[in-house]
Amino acid sequence: MITPAQIPGPALTASTSNALRSRVITALVYDKPGVLARISSLFRRRGLNIASLTVGHSEKPGVSRMTFVVEGQENIVRQIAAQLDRLIDVLEVLDITEKNTVWRELALIKVSATAVTRTEVLQLASIFRVSVVDVGVESLTFEVTGDESKIDALIELMRQYGVREVMRTGKVAVLRGSLVVGEVDGSFFSKDVAPKIAAAELAGDDSGSV
Amino acid sequence: MAPRQLTGGQIVCESLIAEGVDVIFGIPGGAILPLYGSLSQYPKLRHILVRHEQGAGHAADGYARATGKVGVAFATSGPGATNLITGLATAMMDSVPIVAITGQVGRGAIGTDAFQETDITGATLPVTKHNYLVMRASDIARVIKEAFHIARTGRPGPVLIDIPRDVFQEKAMFDDYAAVQTDIPGYRFPSNAPVAQVEAAAKLINESKKPVILAGHGVVISRAFKELRELAEKAQIPVVTTLLGISGFPEDHVLSVGFPGMHGMAYASLALDQADLIIAIGSRFDDRIVGDAKRFARSSKKIHIDIDRAEINKTVQVDAPVIGDVKHVLDQLNPLVHKTTHTDWVRHVEHLKAEHPSLKIRETDQLLGQHVIQGLSRVTRGNAIIVTGVGQHQMWAAQHYQFTQPNSWLSSGGLGTMGYEVPAAMGAQAGCPGKLVWSVCGDGGFQMTLSELATVFENRLPVKYAILNNNHLGMITQWQDLFYRGDHQAETYTGNPDFVKLAEAYRIKGMRVTRQEDVIPAIEEANRHPGPVIVDFVIAKVDHVYPMIPSGQSVAELMEEKL
Repeated sequence: MITPAQIPGPALTASTSNALRSRVITALVYDKPGVLARISSLFRRRGLNIASLTVGHSEKPGVSRMTFVVEGQENIVRQIAAQLDRLIDVLEVLDITEKNTVWRELALIKVSATAVTRTEVLQLASIFRVSVVDVGVESLTFEVTGDESKIDALIELMRQYGVREVMRTGKVAVLRGSLVVGEVDGSFFSKDVAPKIAAAELAGDDSGSV
Repeated sequence: MAPRQLTGGQIVCESLIAEGVDVIFGIPGGAILPLYGSLSQYPKLRHILVRHEQGAGHAADGYARATGKVGVAFATSGPGATNLITGLATAMMDSVPIVAITGQVGRGAIGTDAFQETDITGATLPVTKHNYLVMRASDIARVIKEAFHIARTGRPGPVLIDIPRDVFQEKAMFDDYAAVQTDIPGYRFPSNAPVAQVEAAAKLINESKKPVILAGHGVVISRAFKELRELAEKAQIPVVTTLLGISGFPEDHVLSVGFPGMHGMAYASLALDQADLIIAIGSRFDDRIVGDAKRFARSSKKIHIDIDRAEINKTVQVDAPVIGDVKHVLDQLNPLVHKTTHTDWVRHVEHLKAEHPSLKIRETDQLLGQHVIQGLSRVTRGNAIIVTGVGQHQMWAAQHYQFTQPNSWLSSGGLGTMGYEVPAAMGAQAGCPGKLVWSVCGDGGFQMTLSELATVFENRLPVKYAILNNNHLGMITQWQDLFYRGDHQAETYTGNPDFVKLAEAYRIKGMRVTRQEDVIPAIEEANRHPGPVIVDFVIAKVDHVYPMIPSGQSVAELMEEKL
């Protein structure tokens, strides 16, 4: 059993020296057929692997929020984000990697548990505030919510008993405080000519002047 | 007009007329036949029947570049639609507004691998600005309105609308097109740039001692000819145009420095390299200009004015990005720029021109491609629309024709599509009936799309075709000479047709020129002829285009011809 974090991404061939790292991008997109294909095609073109992707309805009818975790060189990911923003079906894109955000992920983890080990497994798991969502003759299934490292730690701890199956949702994120993705530049859903991306987010190095 | 029940096909026609469309390039097939069935009721829409869908795509492109209006192409499902793709990709790379309408198999058959079915919205995702699959006749008017808006505004580009056969037949209410509501809040584009960005750019310009303007296609698309000239003259800034920026600035102007890069003028590349400030206006720092990005123009700061934010810092890191429509931005910028004379610098650039006579032609009795272009330039005095294909002839045309009229140069710069020249010239002529259109062709590209000669004849389009015929894929020969140890493979045509007889077969006037002294009389004769003409200029077999900066290199590796 390997977790998504252990699956290596594809080799990157771009020549710039920017370090490879995970970046988190959220997008507000129209909830209609073909949108995901348009978006994923931009990542595919540059050979970037989407480590996780979550999609769900937003607070606005007909509009979904996506959260991507992408591993790649910062400048390439930022350029793709700018190209994402150019898509007609994308309302707004924000790179929230360095933002003050709350991140959560949910995982369902099925662990081997015999009559002998069950109590021990339950005790250990309870430290992670899990809910037990299923009990079988030889297994327990936990639901756990938290940031990536907490879930990684739980899975690591459960290996000694045998991790049979892991299902993770991938990251979801919101900005802390009253800031809302989609209203960062104050122009959400307006026909304003202002560029869709919030200022300075995606235009390259941290000059802050874009 | 009162609301009426119309078929989907009729709604397409009504909407196109409301968008001001007068010419459509297309070819029918099963899935789009219901639309053609409506066409006869709308005589305002002139349909030009092409011989191949690629021709429709390039003709719509040539029409759009020459007129500034949106070009329209029709094609059927499956092979008809896939044949359009090269035309769409060409338009996408060069930001040309096209709306392509394709027929699709009936709604019930989609996804079943039905006869002539292709997932064309899937296939054209990367080569269109946007595309649509329309599943209800009642959506057609809105989609067409959105498509034209998207195609022509912001950074222009091609939009494809795929309509299933039975949607053309389905009835829906059609009312006042002007009142149709679009629904694309995710589509926004800037016009004016933020004031702070403009001020930062103005500061850099006012501080610079050795500025150069790099004017790209954006200047032409935005029709910012007057504004560019104002900026250049006010602060006495030399103007380098990119390959697609050609005809954005008059080349008989004292500040004009030609185009830089792989086959550009040496002095233009050197001016960029030696400048302390590059003001890129509607240019995307293409690799044919930049070469090795790490070594490109290292001594300069860079201002990048562009309508597309995604172009900023894509290949070259810039100091002052200015996001906005070129024309609007220059209107904002020009008042902030101090009137000055960069006397020493302008003199230095003049000196570079004198030291590197890139446009000098070697002494020879042979007929060279350069002689033909110089003859064209001399006879037409800049008053022609020049359309080219891709290769040596294209570079010679870009170098040796003196462009003095705005928007008089149509060429596939980004995609580098051979064969563009035959149908694109046809489209330009259809859009500009009163203008002289010269298509400069290579013998290779000409044979890729020459089937459109029938369309040219049929529609009485008086396009003049100049084939620079060396019976070679000349640029391939050149690269094999320079980079593949002269190992010539698959670059010689040993059985080219007799192009004069070919012209006659298409009932077009054909001429052949083999000597330098016959070039100008032949061009004059072609110009006098009221119909289309093909002139077969038989040029020297092997000749290289210089100057040259090899791919991925820098101005340090510049090669010039020894004269």
